[in-house]
Amino acid sequence: MTKANDYTSVMARKPEVMLDSIKIDYSEFESGSIAFDYERMMREAGYTIEEMEKMQLETGVGNTPLVELKNLSALARKVAPEGKGARIFIKDEAANASGSFKARRAATSCYHAKKLGYKGVISATSGNYGAAVASQAAKYGLKCIIVQECYDSNSVGQPEIIEKARACEALGAEVVQLTVGPELFYKFILMLEETGYFNASLYSPFGIAGVETLGYELSMQCRQRFGKDPDVVVATNAGGGNLTGTARGLIKAGATDTQIVAASVDLSGLHMASDNDFNRKSFTTGHTGFGVPFSNWPDRSDVPRSAARPLRYMDRYVTITQGSVFYITECLATLEGIEKGPAGNTSLAAAFALAQEMDEDKIIVVQETEYTGAGKHVQPQLAFAKDNGIKVCFGNPADEVPGENIVLPEHPSLIKPKDLDLNKMRKSLIKTALKTYTMDPTEEDIKFLVEETKTDVDFVNKAIEEIKAAL
Amino acid sequence: MVKKGEWVRIHKVILKPEERAPQVPDDTKKVPLEMWVKGFLQEDANFGDTVEIETVTGRKETGELIELNPYYTHNFGVFVPELIEIDKQVRGILFGGDK
Repeated sequence: MTKANDYTSVMARKPEVMLDSIKIDYSEFESGSIAFDYERMMREAGYTIEEMEKMQLETGVGNTPLVELKNLSALARKVAPEGKGARIFIKDEAANASGSFKARRAATSCYHAKKLGYKGVISATSGNYGAAVASQAAKYGLKCIIVQECYDSNSVGQPEIIEKARACEALGAEVVQLTVGPELFYKFILMLEETGYFNASLYSPFGIAGVETLGYELSMQCRQRFGKDPDVVVATNAGGGNLTGTARGLIKAGATDTQIVAASVDLSGLHMASDNDFNRKSFTTGHTGFGVPFSNWPDRSDVPRSAARPLRYMDRYVTITQGSVFYITECLATLEGIEKGPAGNTSLAAAFALAQEMDEDKIIVVQETEYTGAGKHVQPQLAFAKDNGIKVCFGNPADEVPGENIVLPEHPSLIKPKDLDLNKMRKSLIKTALKTYTMDPTEEDIKFLVEETKTDVDFVNKAIEEIKAAL
Repeated sequence: MVKKGEWVRIHKVILKPEERAPQVPDDTKKVPLEMWVKGFLQEDANFGDTVEIETVTGRKETGELIELNPYYTHNFGVFVPELIEIDKQVRGILFGGDK
């Protein structure tokens, strides 16, 4: 019998397709209420740090250099109060096979797919993860399909995404390009059914665990060089996997005093599924359009329970403007002699400002860089923005309105992070949990929500009271 | 005429505006969900014909034949004068420039 291929019918088949394509029975970890056993899921479905280091070493992933940005640190000190301006380091993840930290996530996913005997892998991604999966799939002799949201309805593609399509194809993948819309997952599910390939989800336990080696490595590198862990680690936040994996790796290394800061490009006001807005933004990932909703409610991904749960690990969440990230990317090139893609520099722009709040002897680590090339580079991205009617000017980044202008800071002292209200986000997560599962959480649920929000029982109980009172 | 076996790119509407997901914003709902994919042409055809291709993973897709030997044209963009300004400014602040 031919299956119905309309949107609703296909989406209704999602649970069974997901089970076939990832071979994790998520129900094993469920309590039947709000709580699920996250740590057991990570343990049983994932790999240990040692296993991952080994598999990553064999496929050109990991052991990336930790580089001090002395000139950028010096520039921060020029504009910081006396005695302030921490030492800024970057973990040069562009050195991974495929040019970004995403290689770590793909390495574990593809290893797992091969181990389970799948013939190929599919991933729905417009970002660096596509090239990462294509690269690892090539090493394992797996077929690979990458589904991208790439064009608007005028067939105008985001230059950054087009470059990633090129990279995926160069690495042997089939690239399916789509116009804007969440129905990307509709096509994704149809192809999983058609091919029987493994779903190399960004949100599976292996996809997240693969990043743990990053956090672990950077702790070891800091201890070896400075005899201590970094004071602050800044991670660009979108789907939450980068931050979650890095933080878990740091914890596994015992670096429990390191402050974890999330950073996203501020794209507030732009709708991520809007055809009109699609080419009015200059960042296709690492932005608030993904970062905020996925932090507030991680279980909106292509798996039933996301392994990326960033609010569990975040100590602070800041946003930074597009103009500030472009400015810092240019500074990295002209002051440090290092050319990298702008999206990976989101956390660097935030770190440049955060360093100014810290004493000079402190260490702040930006945990990634990404490769740069045609399309994904400051110049084509700014040129593209201008072509799409975005005004590019110098001024105060505080005046930037996403989709209307890109304000390059007229002076580096104007680069300021904007703090998001973490407690508000935590309450939002609790509210969605109550609405999704039950308004009368069990004791186990409360304990789970404490872990989910990195708070305490009082905070969760008070939030529940407030939510119930508002109904 | 494009010969069977040539490397081509096809275009296809996979959801018409009225078939789109209920949650998409209004502007997106007005337009179809379109797809582009590349592969080997299965039969001789002309541009604009509905054709079948075989992709590098061996999948079959159908759609309108739009390109023969497709290639990328994305580049480093036109000159952005603001970037020179940034370079001059930060080198000035840090190294004293030529003042």
